[in-house]
Amino acid sequence: MKPAPFRYHAPKTIEEAVETLAEVAGDDGRVLAGGQSLVPIMAFRLAKPAHLVDINGVEALRRLAIDGDKLSIGACVRHAAFHKPVVDGPLGRLLAKVVRHIAHYPIRTRGTFCGSIAHADPASEWCLVAAALDAEMVARSAGGTRTIAARDFFQGIMTTALNENELLTEVRLPILPADTYCGFYEFNRRAGDFAIAMALANYRLQDGKMVEPRVAVGGAEPLPRRIAEAERALAGQAPGKPAFEAAAEAAAKVVEPLDDAITSAEYRRDLVRTVTRRALEQASP
Amino acid sequence: MIEKREITLTINGRKYDVRVDPRRTLVDTIRDDCGQTGTHIGCEHGVCGACTVLLDGEPVRSCLMFAVQAEGRQIRTVEGLANGNELHPLQQAFIDNHGLQCGFCTPGFLMLATGVLEREPDISDEDLLDVLSSNLCRCTGYQNIIKAVRAAAVTMREKARATPGATR
Repeated sequence: MKPAPFRYHAPKTIEEAVETLAEVAGDDGRVLAGGQSLVPIMAFRLAKPAHLVDINGVEALRRLAIDGDKLSIGACVRHAAFHKPVVDGPLGRLLAKVVRHIAHYPIRTRGTFCGSIAHADPASEWCLVAAALDAEMVARSAGGTRTIAARDFFQGIMTTALNENELLTEVRLPILPADTYCGFYEFNRRAGDFAIAMALANYRLQDGKMVEPRVAVGGAEPLPRRIAEAERALAGQAPGKPAFEAAAEAAAKVVEPLDDAITSAEYRRDLVRTVTRRALEQASP
Repeated sequence: MIEKREITLTINGRKYDVRVDPRRTLVDTIRDDCGQTGTHIGCEHGVCGACTVLLDGEPVRSCLMFAVQAEGRQIRTVEGLANGNELHPLQQAFIDNHGLQCGFCTPGFLMLATGVLEREPDISDEDLLDVLSSNLCRCTGYQNIIKAVRAAAVTMREKARATPGATR
């Protein structure tokens, strides 16, 4: 239960961090942010990185700010930063609700938003938020910066579009209009445990009908994603039981759930129906 | 061969100069290099919370940090709670409310609760339950721990009112 030996690097600037990463990435170098997923994996020796690039000393990565119509979340912003709403309106309230489902308090004081996105565990709440809201991921390497859309970023279980020499410096979430109705529902067996299925839904109203609906499901499939079939079941309908149930049914029908010894695919499919409906009920006017 | 690093840790206000491998966890360093064995090691992968310490006032799992990351930070452990022979209100409340049996998880629970009550003296019951779900106890069934922390919260609030400006 002790991590294997590694060389430790503690850069002070983003430039220094990506230059170090460029040097060590080919030699199994990894970025260390909050360490709440990486260090347990190292304790089990499932990962034995030869180098760790610890970004906790990079002041510029602690930035959490509103840039126009986006909320920018730097790589060292910890989960606990979201316990109280960080922005007025539905987005701040949504993040404050979701963060309570992430592990436990002492994990949230260390773990980071961006670390969770880069780790891409299928059960990650922040990955679901990123997929549902079409977040932008900012990846930086010694060669330059690129922005990756959420739909291209998540590629499978713990697999993302990030190259090994790239540092996820920031994630940008769209600030939701004040009249957005939002709901989030997660199911797991114990407080703080990984989600077996969860859903995030939001929409706005125009003449009493739902417009711009978004429904995303996480935990059930290898990666979190928006479910177009469920969104189509909502668009143009009045919010309420018939539309919500139709969307939940559509989501349950199209997901391709994970299947393991403890939780069968059929059970997860059932849960997708339930969590989608409950997320929508929470989003009721 | 990876070189050891010379670091200085500050634990309960006292400085410790140690030489450690980068891979050495904070909890191993606190116990084995600094001799402060009040902090316990349980699961070593962040699940049980026995190793919870305060880092700049915030509860963290010391098995999920490397010692080299804690340089320059204020670390507080269970040894720093009592003031001489006078127990911290949380320690006294755990005794009074039978909040421990075997005692293995107790240092972790004490530091978790200390960090949270110092930050949020008027924490709601709902939030307190959420916080206390962080750590594992296999003896008490949790109810007496919850009772103890609630009782200590009252004592700590009264103490704070009696001595304005005191932090603990």
